[in-house]
Amino acid sequence: MRTIHELTDAYRRGETTPSEATDAYLSRIAKLDDKVGAYLTVTADRAHAAARAADERYRRGRPLGPLDGAPITLKDVFCTRGVRTTCASKILESFVPPYDATVVDRLAKAGAVMLGKSNMDEFAMGSSTEHSALRVTRNPWDLTRVPGGSSGGPAAAVAAGLAAGGLGTDTGGSIRQPAAFCGVVGLKPTYGRVSRYGLVAFASSLDHPGPFGLDVTDTARLLGAIAGHDPMDATSIDAPVPDYTAGLEQGVRGLRLGVPDEYFTKGMDAEVEAAVRVAIDVLKGLGATLERVSLPATPHALATYYVIAPAEASSNLARYDGVKYGLRVPGRDLIDMESKTRAAGFGAEVKRRIMLGTYVLSAGYYDAYYGQAQKVRTLVRRDFDAAFARVDLIVAPTTPNVAFRHGEKADPIAMYLNDVFTIPADMSGVPGVSVPCGFTASGLPIGLQLIGRALDEATVLRAARAYERATDWHTRRPELA
Amino acid sequence: MISRDDVAHVARLARLALTDAELERMREQLNAILAHIDALRAVDTTGVEPTSHAVPQFNVMRDDEPRPCFPPEDMLANAPDRAGDFFRVPRIIEE
Repeated sequence: MRTIHELTDAYRRGETTPSEATDAYLSRIAKLDDKVGAYLTVTADRAHAAARAADERYRRGRPLGPLDGAPITLKDVFCTRGVRTTCASKILESFVPPYDATVVDRLAKAGAVMLGKSNMDEFAMGSSTEHSALRVTRNPWDLTRVPGGSSGGPAAAVAAGLAAGGLGTDTGGSIRQPAAFCGVVGLKPTYGRVSRYGLVAFASSLDHPGPFGLDVTDTARLLGAIAGHDPMDATSIDAPVPDYTAGLEQGVRGLRLGVPDEYFTKGMDAEVEAAVRVAIDVLKGLGATLERVSLPATPHALATYYVIAPAEASSNLARYDGVKYGLRVPGRDLIDMESKTRAAGFGAEVKRRIMLGTYVLSAGYYDAYYGQAQKVRTLVRRDFDAAFARVDLIVAPTTPNVAFRHGEKADPIAMYLNDVFTIPADMSGVPGVSVPCGFTASGLPIGLQLIGRALDEATVLRAARAYERATDWHTRRPELA
Repeated sequence: MISRDDVAHVARLARLALTDAELERMREQLNAILAHIDALRAVDTTGVEPTSHAVPQFNVMRDDEPRPCFPPEDMLANAPDRAGDFFRVPRIIEE
């Protein structure tokens, strides 16, 4: 199992070709994905064609850049022209988009080879991928456990060697949490750094597309390809995109790291806490200075999220009405048709969030719930502003626990609690990465989270790379027979 | 606490045809979630401005110039039911 930078180095040296690598990944998917369940759609023909074009560019000594010929997977939330895009929902099971999402287009122009579309919680609502209406995905480190979610498909695919990298989305933790559970690197960029055009919307003010990689260098390369202003997304930030790989090896000497009291809670897994504390000491040993910081609104972030995200989702998902695309169940009139279509097409968690969102936005409750949640969101943002006046990065666990068993979190609130350490960065829009920082005694990966200032992905990645270089957690791979 | 009638009302607003069993389960689960969310009401937000987006951006403008758009056939390709270049829906206005 090789990283993207190892693969592209091998292409350049002529040791292998994008077509050979693509064939190897497709064979591995054919052999192992029955066990893992990462993919919803495998696009072998397109992959072969894209790989042959990349072969030719390397043959002429003119690769497109650092991702040319990189076999990758996309969470099935990104629209792909001519390739079905399901959002792991029955309501979109046969939807074939007429256009590519901006990030899909950018990856294709960078020469990346799309192997296929990977599984997720339906409409990205969940933390285990168990809410997929189409397939069960298993954690490559322990097939009885979940890969995390909602981007469980791409995380599991990268961890299992079924893709060299991938793209997911993070609305409440949906890149960083599955990255932690699967022992890979996952980055949530600054809100607006990466275009949302062509991303099936869940909660528009919180949806962040971002990369998965086997290591920090690959993650930085993927971010570099997808970041940047897009006139098709009005919330996209018009700021120059730095070369995220340029400063990666500069180390952490002199960086001030904040350790937030509120991210080490009583109920958390002792092995997670121990591993993260050791990881923070490693960063200190590399020359970073540590400082205690407080993010006092953290305990309210989860409740705030479960008002704002469902409210936005209930509006966004109103478009699934059985008229323009997707499932239609006939009814006696328009409203009956819509109501039956949505009842048949959405799974239980999606219905729950639509109901919750509709309720908190309904007459009489708007100010008490939605208005108040938006104000508390301001408090969460102010916490980060105050912390980043004193420190360059915040270091914390990605999740309070490691991958759990399928069916273990049947209670919705128990599931939601998985995201307590990831939600605040989504609400503030600041970038965060999860990197592997150890394993439990039973062999399950643990994630270290680094959160930075808005648009300062470079420092987040540089510190993550410094940690990675000093440790070997990221080189461990699950054994899949 | 929200009642079963409240849940049925919200389900109508949300255009979700829920069975009796689903309504009851939804009532229990929404009450449990709302009990958790209710803690927000105790947070002092006096004088705090609401945040609707992490990155405040206003009035993003572009030149009003015609641009190519998707051909009707592409837009209709996923239609569950169509009549010519139109989406077909059940009759809305009574004769």
